[in-house]
Amino acid sequence: MRLLAGVDVGTRVTKAVLLDEDGRVAAKACLPTGHDLAGAARKAVDRALATLPGNAAASYVASTGFGRYQVPFRDVQITEITCHARGAVALASGTRSVLDIGAMNARAIRVDERGRVRAFRMNDKCASGAGRFLERVAKGLEMELADIGPLSLRATSPQSISSICAVLAESEVINLVTQGHGVEDILAGTHESIAGRIAALLRQVGVERDVALTGGVTKNVGMVRALEQRLGLPVVVHPDAEYAGALGAALLALRRVTMLAARAQELRPRGPASQPCEKSAS
Amino acid sequence: MIVAGVDVGSTATKAVLVDDNGRVVARALSDTGANVVRAAEKAFRMALAETGLEEWDVGYTVGTGYGRYKVPFGNAQITEISCHAKGAIALFPGTRTILDIGGQDTKAIRINELGEVLDFCMNDKCAAGTGRFLSAAADVMELPIDDIGPVSLRARKALKITNVCTVFVEAEIMNQLARGSSVEEILAGVHASIAGRSIGLMRRVGLEDEITFTGGVSRNRGMVAALEGRLERKLNLHTDAQFNGAIGAALFALERATHGHDGDPAGSAAAAGAGPAAGAAPSAGGAA
Repeated sequence: MRLLAGVDVGTRVTKAVLLDEDGRVAAKACLPTGHDLAGAARKAVDRALATLPGNAAASYVASTGFGRYQVPFRDVQITEITCHARGAVALASGTRSVLDIGAMNARAIRVDERGRVRAFRMNDKCASGAGRFLERVAKGLEMELADIGPLSLRATSPQSISSICAVLAESEVINLVTQGHGVEDILAGTHESIAGRIAALLRQVGVERDVALTGGVTKNVGMVRALEQRLGLPVVVHPDAEYAGALGAALLALRRVTMLAARAQELRPRGPASQPCEKSAS
Repeated sequence: MIVAGVDVGSTATKAVLVDDNGRVVARALSDTGANVVRAAEKAFRMALAETGLEEWDVGYTVGTGYGRYKVPFGNAQITEISCHAKGAIALFPGTRTILDIGGQDTKAIRINELGEVLDFCMNDKCAAGTGRFLSAAADVMELPIDDIGPVSLRARKALKITNVCTVFVEAEIMNQLARGSSVEEILAGVHASIAGRSIGLMRRVGLEDEITFTGGVSRNRGMVAALEGRLERKLNLHTDAQFNGAIGAALFALERATHGHDGDPAGSAAAAGAGPAAGAAPSAGGAA
């Protein structure tokens, strides 16, 4: 069986998805990225392969994510925007807007029915609307990241956070605690403030239903709820939403392999020729 | 008589005890953590323990620190801008410009020969150009924060760091490392970036000699070299520079304790204490 791999090297977590030739997900795996980007990519793919019988190997690898250039065994690298668009539509076919919220970046992408990018916007100067903001606040409150979402839902009077900077927000929440505000209220305010920035990002590209959420922050129920409230719309969260980028990369790898094979077929009578590169949309 | 000054910083809390002559007799440093009042008390007690004095031996205590936030501690609170001005003029009477780089605040303060604040400017929107930027770099490289300054000095050239955001710079460094860039050159670039931002902040308030460099980051030799290189002049450095705000607070405490709070001389002391932050027109914030 030929396998296509998509590996998404994120700033926090590296995700790998393996597809068979029919485009079905054969395996997936994820692990913390750490400092060795190439090693993390290798391990994620190997872990996914290890779940399959026999000596499975990936015949074609597409890399994406911030560390996509550091994957030495890649056949192609594709931007996260393109991959998330493709992956999100594959996970939920009705998706027309994708919000990808990772540790450092938040991206709003408008897509067509085939998962092609129509427009996108991302935070590229400042981490104010990204997962790291939540991490910093959790750290300031000396809490686990996984706990803050559920806890935020218990707020009675959300306490708004005025800091835009993830670093300064950490001390702002410490001060709110000192002033006697409840942790639930502070957390609800934090989620609302990030939701506000992400919703603004989405409005810039145009909100079109369904809105799907991808990336690591999808695991945070408080963030999902805050976004729904801010947008006044339900948002789609697939259980595999964290894998959307890797899935998109694997799907694009499959498409590329199929196209290359077709072109090779066409060119065969005229003898071997160099294969032209397909430019991925970004 | 002994008086105290406690400066609660975003990262470290500093306490000093000062005698009648304005000499520092004890100093203590502790991590600020999540409870600012507890941190202030802890540093205060640590300083007391250093001298064997008791709480009631301290005639007056002034609390300060923490950017936009007020830390309720001691007999009175005075803004850190005023305290830094007071401290710097005591450490170096020729000081006219103060650059204070702390954990997450960078301030440029211009003062007159009396140590009164003429203007100040600080990063209040974004942590770019602060100590956090350095600690983010140190974390990514898995180096102790005290090593990065000396290591940066070994670089032959500084790598250009393009990101302003403290969070994004981590990803930029990870990518540079994966590409095989040298740790020394990356760190030199990080120091150069903060130096550039700090100098921009000082220019906004008006850069006037002498310049006194205070705050935790002033202990970083790489940062000193990066600033002196760009400014083409020497900075005043003091072993107590990290305690500058606390020293200023203690000196205000001494004035209030000797002259009384409501008496005539204290009127001016109080004005000097609470006044400058309100009186001096703060320049538009933002270090970016």
